[in-house]
Amino acid sequence: MIAEFGHYALALAFAFSLLLAVVPIVGTAKGHGGYMSLARPLTYGMFFFTLISYIALTVLFLKSDFSTVYVANNSSLALPWYYRITAVWSSHEGSFLMWMLVQAAWAAALALYSKRLPLTFAARVLAVMGMIGVGFYLFMLLTSNPFDRTIPLIPVDGRDMNPLLQDPGMIIHPPLLYFGYVGLSVAFAFAVAALMGGRLDSAWARWSRPWTIAAWIFLTLGIMVGSWWAYYELGWGGWWFWDPVENASFMPWLIATALIHSLAVTEKRGTFKAWTVLLAISGFSLSLLGTFLVRSGVLVSVHSFAADPTRGMFLLAFLGVVIVSSLLLFAIRASKVVSHTRYELFSREVLLLGNNIFLVTATVVVLIGTLLPLFHQQLGLGSISIGEPFFDMMFFWLVIPFAFLLGIGPLVRWRRDNIQPLLKPLFIGLLVTVALAVVLPMVFADSVSGMAVLGLILAIWIFVGTAHELKLRVAQRENKPQALIKLGRSHWGMVLGHVGFAVTIIGIALVQNYEVERTVRMAPGDTFTERNYTFEFKSMNERIGPNWVSDAALFEITRGERRVGSVVSEKRFYTIQRQMMTQTGLQVNPWRDLYVAMGEELGDGSWAVRIHIKPFVRWIWFGGVIMAVGGLLSMTDKRYRLRRKATPVKGVAL
Amino acid sequence: MTARARFIYFLTPLILFLGLAVFLFSGLFSDPTKLESALVGRPVPAFELPDLYQPDRTHNESIVGGQPMLLNVWATWCPTCYAEHTFLNKLHDEENVYIIGLNYKDDSRAAAVRWLQELGDPYQINLFDFSGLLALDLGVYGAPETFVIDSNGVIVHRHVGDMNDRVWQEEVGPIYYSLFEQSGNASGGSAQ
Repeated sequence: MIAEFGHYALALAFAFSLLLAVVPIVGTAKGHGGYMSLARPLTYGMFFFTLISYIALTVLFLKSDFSTVYVANNSSLALPWYYRITAVWSSHEGSFLMWMLVQAAWAAALALYSKRLPLTFAARVLAVMGMIGVGFYLFMLLTSNPFDRTIPLIPVDGRDMNPLLQDPGMIIHPPLLYFGYVGLSVAFAFAVAALMGGRLDSAWARWSRPWTIAAWIFLTLGIMVGSWWAYYELGWGGWWFWDPVENASFMPWLIATALIHSLAVTEKRGTFKAWTVLLAISGFSLSLLGTFLVRSGVLVSVHSFAADPTRGMFLLAFLGVVIVSSLLLFAIRASKVVSHTRYELFSREVLLLGNNIFLVTATVVVLIGTLLPLFHQQLGLGSISIGEPFFDMMFFWLVIPFAFLLGIGPLVRWRRDNIQPLLKPLFIGLLVTVALAVVLPMVFADSVSGMAVLGLILAIWIFVGTAHELKLRVAQRENKPQALIKLGRSHWGMVLGHVGFAVTIIGIALVQNYEVERTVRMAPGDTFTERNYTFEFKSMNERIGPNWVSDAALFEITRGERRVGSVVSEKRFYTIQRQMMTQTGLQVNPWRDLYVAMGEELGDGSWAVRIHIKPFVRWIWFGGVIMAVGGLLSMTDKRYRLRRKATPVKGVAL
Repeated sequence: MTARARFIYFLTPLILFLGLAVFLFSGLFSDPTKLESALVGRPVPAFELPDLYQPDRTHNESIVGGQPMLLNVWATWCPTCYAEHTFLNKLHDEENVYIIGLNYKDDSRAAAVRWLQELGDPYQINLFDFSGLLALDLGVYGAPETFVIDSNGVIVHRHVGDMNDRVWQEEVGPIYYSLFEQSGNASGGSAQ
């Protein structure tokens, strides 16, 4: 009964989305205020029924109702209750339902916070969200219904949740990413609504900016958590694999990053309008493309769900409709928009254009790398696989000029600036940067690696540039600390965003060049020493969990005479799915991770043990957190909160 | 720029997308697990690899040919190989199929040996490809993969993914047995 209830609620949500897609648009065409103001209640209805449907599926999981196919395939009696809740999104149908819930939640949030927008514009934005909803609800109802029944053959026990996903990191990773992906649909809706109205002004950019930043924050955190999860759960010690699914989340992030910068230009200077709209359309399109790639089985990936051509067809058709119609609208409307603002070669506009070019190039690189195996096959050139070396090399060459520009960008004024006064501080900054980047590894590491120095140069250059910018900001003020505080959240958001990026670069450069990875044969009682760290294999114990049994190895780690700590590294066997999983033992501090993963048992009680020492690996994720905090500061800036009436505002230079 | 020229200029993103969509559409109808090896129709590339059991003994390309056979790429880190293994044993025991095992980038030699001791060894010859050299030459995408090789040592077919009853009955088995019918004058034509 609950399953039918959920199914019915989903159908009702679809009906609401259909009305939402049509009624407000009719209202705007006829100038009928009543129709337009229906957009909000319709949005709330869509959200409400999606929520009911989602709760119904969760209840089915909690009750272990194996008469529902989806529950039977992804849960079991032995599964703990908290994993039953997260099992809802552990496979295709349920994760789509969650996607829908998130989509409806964004729409509802928009409805709630769009009271300050002109009615016509708000009606259009919500209607676009409704149109996107129509496609997704139809997709679910036609091809991916999570409420299908197993009747009459009801299994006694379920097949259990995928063991890879039975982990705290996996509880938050997919929702964060979905909030990010779907959040880009808000930026998309703003862009399309602006195109419909034919008015691309700085007011539009200001409205859409906090929403875009919100989506970007979720994407940033989602990617970070995903990387962290892969790092300790897969037991390989890698933190990024350039897997098609990772790439599918990375591309929207790159575009969203370009978009928040380009929106800044549109908001403050009223230029780059068409470009900004194109980025907003591309960001969401790439989210959809990523979904298509993952769900259709076009590409083989470790994340892939079962391939089903009907689903692929539907998604591709939907992708086609969304992208073709929005790009056509773009061609018709944006081609009429002409910018009157002028700027010269050495200006912040041009530097931000540089930022955009590099980010878009990076996106294209990832897109090519992800799709090339597919093209290659289609063109009859045989199959190839593109792996890390390609991406690593391309990103290596892209990040150098990108970081260089990033250090200078904030120092340069809008419209035009004189390069002369900047040359001296920049030159000194460069000297300091290079000196620090060479000296730090000489002091703290046994060897100096060229690549590590280069990475440090990029990061320190960003620090130096940012610090100099802050100094310039307060140079004229009497009370400098107070002037710093008064800079405004959006300014500090930028500072943290850039600093976070530099922190991530440091993490990547140091872990890639100074990590140690050893695979050794160890039996209980054995010790192994590397870089002064002694790992002692104390004992092997059996552990029994609700749906797994494990061999848990206890290691004592000492450094010289000092005890560092102990770690437990497990080899878990999930009994229902008959899968082996590693639970990595980690001993961490900000400067290094000690990573112990159990490999195969080698007989005679000894094990292949993977021991890694990973300096600064935490910085990679910590940088992401700093970036996200920066985003949060930016989106809560005064000017997004206080502005009452929607009047097109002339750009205010910082 | 005239309004018309601007319009056409702004159409570029749409045109780029349409080009991409054609590829994505055709991608839907090709099974990614059915990867065409560039090597189908060509002889097995030259190699020199140690035996899995005896590290000091090496094999080279002369071990292929002479009769139709399968070359199976496997590893202990690959869960699908585990699933496939029972079926390979059955092929060996019941249908007397000649299979060469290529252990691909395994964690360690010991792990691979232990696996075969526990699960049974369906392979006539066991190659140990620690660095993945031969697998690279063969264009191996992942494990497991199975190549059908005719009596001249020419690769006739490549199957990506696990071997099971259905795949054997419908796809690989018929190709393998057809090689016996051509008895001796087997030409290495690509079989679909």
